[in-house]
Amino acid sequence: MIGHTGTWAALVHRVSGILLTLFLPVHFYALGTTLESAAAFDALLEWTERPLVKFGEWGIVVLLAAHLGGGLRVLALEFLPWRDWQKSLAAAAAALALVMGLAFALAL
Amino acid sequence: MSVKAQTILWVTQRASAAVLALCVTVHLATMVYAIRGGLSAAEILSRTKGNAGWLAFYAVFVLAVTVHAPIGLRSVLLEWFGWRSASRDVFLVGVAMLLGALGMRAVLGVFL
Repeated sequence: MIGHTGTWAALVHRVSGILLTLFLPVHFYALGTTLESAAAFDALLEWTERPLVKFGEWGIVVLLAAHLGGGLRVLALEFLPWRDWQKSLAAAAAALALVMGLAFALAL
Repeated sequence: MSVKAQTILWVTQRASAAVLALCVTVHLATMVYAIRGGLSAAEILSRTKGNAGWLAFYAVFVLAVTVHAPIGLRSVLLEWFGWRSASRDVFLVGVAMLLGALGMRAVLGVFL
C-alpha cells in the first residue's frame, strides 16, 4: 500500500512538472507584454476573467502546490534520516495542494 | 553520460529544488493575496516597478526554474520517451535558453 502511494506521488510529481514546464513560457510571455505597454497586459488580464481561463489558472495553482508538496517529499526522503512520519508525506503533499486550491478559489 | 556529470545534474536538481521550494511558497502566498478583488496591470506594477527586492527575488526564481525544469524534463524524455541521443541534451539546452530569456524578459518587464 505504501509502495502504491509512492508510485502515485511520483506520477503526480512528474505530470505536474511537465505541465508546469509547458505553462511557463506562456506565463513569462504574458508578463513580458508589460514591456510593450500596461494596456497590452491589461487586455491579457481581461481575457483571464473568462470562467474557463479562471478554471485553468486554478488548475495551474493546484499543480504548482502539488509539485511543491511532492518536491518537499522527495527532499525529505532523500536528505533526512528515515522516520516513520515520512510515510505520511504523500498525504501531506496532497493536503497542501488541496489547501492552496481552496485558498486560491476563495480569493478569486 | 559520465557518473560525474550525472552527479552534477542530480545535485543541481536538488539545490534548485530547495531554492524553488522557498520561491514557490512566496509566489503562492503573493498570488492568493494579489488576486483578491481582481488583478490589474497597475496593481501588479505598483508592487514591482523599481522594487529591487522583487527584482532580485524573481531573477533568482527564474534562474532556478531555468535549470530545474530542463533537468526534470531530461528524466521524462529518457524514461518515458526513450530519447537517449545527444540531440536530447541539445533540445534541453534550447528549452533552458527559452525559459531563461522569456523569464528574464518578464522580470525586467515588471521592474522597468
